[in-house]
Amino acid sequence: MSLKELANRLQEDFATGLIKAVEWRGELAVTVMRDRLHEVAQFLHNDPAMDFDYIVHVSSVDWPDDEERFEVVYEFYSIRKRHRIRLKTRVPESDCIVDSLTDLWKGADFMEREVYDMMGIRFRNHPDLRRILLPDDYTEGYPLRKDFPLRGKGWRDTFEFLDETAR
Amino acid sequence: MAFEDQRTTVYKLDPAHPGSETLPTLRSEELLLNMGPQHPATHGVLKVILELEGERLVKSTPVLGFLHRGVEKLAEDGTYHQFIPHTDRLDYVCAMYNNFAYCRAVEKLMNITLPDRAEYLRTIVAEVQRIIGHQFWLGTQALDIGAMTVFFYCFRDREILMDWFDELCGARLTTSWYRIGGVERDFTASLLDKLKQFLDYFPPKIDEYVIFLEKNRIWVGRTKGVAIISAEDAVSFGLSGPTLRGSGVDYDLRKAEPYSAYPKCEFSVPLGKNGDTYDRYWIRVQELYESVKIIRQCLEQMQEGPIMADVPSVTLPPKQRVFTNLESMIQQFKLFSQGFDAPPGEIYCGTEAHKGELGFYIVSTGGGKPYRLKIRAPSFIHMGAFDHMSRGYMISDAVTIFGTYDIVMGECDR
Repeated sequence: MSLKELANRLQEDFATGLIKAVEWRGELAVTVMRDRLHEVAQFLHNDPAMDFDYIVHVSSVDWPDDEERFEVVYEFYSIRKRHRIRLKTRVPESDCIVDSLTDLWKGADFMEREVYDMMGIRFRNHPDLRRILLPDDYTEGYPLRKDFPLRGKGWRDTFEFLDETAR
Repeated sequence: MAFEDQRTTVYKLDPAHPGSETLPTLRSEELLLNMGPQHPATHGVLKVILELEGERLVKSTPVLGFLHRGVEKLAEDGTYHQFIPHTDRLDYVCAMYNNFAYCRAVEKLMNITLPDRAEYLRTIVAEVQRIIGHQFWLGTQALDIGAMTVFFYCFRDREILMDWFDELCGARLTTSWYRIGGVERDFTASLLDKLKQFLDYFPPKIDEYVIFLEKNRIWVGRTKGVAIISAEDAVSFGLSGPTLRGSGVDYDLRKAEPYSAYPKCEFSVPLGKNGDTYDRYWIRVQELYESVKIIRQCLEQMQEGPIMADVPSVTLPPKQRVFTNLESMIQQFKLFSQGFDAPPGEIYCGTEAHKGELGFYIVSTGGGKPYRLKIRAPSFIHMGAFDHMSRGYMISDAVTIFGTYDIVMGECDR
């Protein structure tokens, strides 16, 4: 199935949930509404013509100037059909939660935990939503958000260092 | 003398009290055991909380992140060229393949095609890196399980290739030899000679490794039938590389989405049957033979030609010109300090590294720096299946299961 056919098929089945489909550099990226995400993913996973059985990665992008600030990105691949698709959805900062896809792809467990850890997006029905790379008691926020400073929050300057040259 | 032990009194049956024949039941509960983060067999700093029932694993919870350095955040601060040395530090055992995967992703973003010679050079070095990776894996995995001899043999042969890398790019581990749009320098006659010598020397050595392991009853007993994962589960967990192919799933990006010089080479992708540790070992050994085959074919087919794509706005000028020509020097300076102007858009590009699918997802909003760079690290995703694969096995098998993923924490924690 070519990318165009794939997009058309999605368009037919989810006329209301689909926001846009973009093809760039030979890749298809489909943006769906947040409340239809699980439904679309289920269709991609179960439909025999789609057959996306392999989850490649779950990622997130922060767009601080947009109304719906965060973008959750899923990438799926079909090992039998040899095609791939990128599924995206937008989440506002005030209600930072999407449906978890762990019931469809088992690998989504760790990947979604990483997104939660790094970007602070929560996943509904996730079996074990905890921080994964950062310590459990880390309270300084979510490091991959654009408002998280790259060079730390200045607490390093509060330490008093011995001036070796003064002696 | 009527001496009665106190214990005997407690357990003595007394017909007068009908309830007294029930003995006090022993309390049983699961034992919680922390493994790591400083355990030698965890290949770095990995901690796993094991719930044990006797010696059986009931549940295991990996605790990751001891080596988290925020590479993805760092990427947002530097130009595309500046990120190449960071990729060396992901999977520090196999830096070349990380460079390769990253450069391919940026080339896809910039829509650059490479000259033939560059593609061949890349493929050759990538396959040499695959051999190094598999040797390293074979040696340490066997050492973890207790077969020490093969470790020394693997590292002896790995050292030859490490010296070869040293001669190629001046570093053994942190190589940074790949460039966006090509490679840093061409092979010299001495490098070619040494590589050809190695190709003749190496295949009999693989046979040697195999003899050491497969004649070792303990090693075979500890790998056959351990950590079995079905094909369906392996796909659902997103496993890749030999870990996935061990379960018989035919998914190799070198074949599925051919890149570089791979479509011009003939090689086969070995597949396992049972999905156990032994099958994954067998696949890696077979891949050693295949890598030798690929390198041989590349060396035969390779023609003279440029080693860098000619896209002056993106690719670096040749080093000799930088020192003698003013324009080239300015070009080099601008590319490294400001970077090149990437088109807005997003791409994902996966590459079949020796551990599995190493992918880079890059979001660009134009300008010289990536807006967001996500690394799909196979080690991290494989750890997601650890709990599933370890349930019901013995505690000593936990080490075998880490080993079978070929896990490197630098890549897992990023």
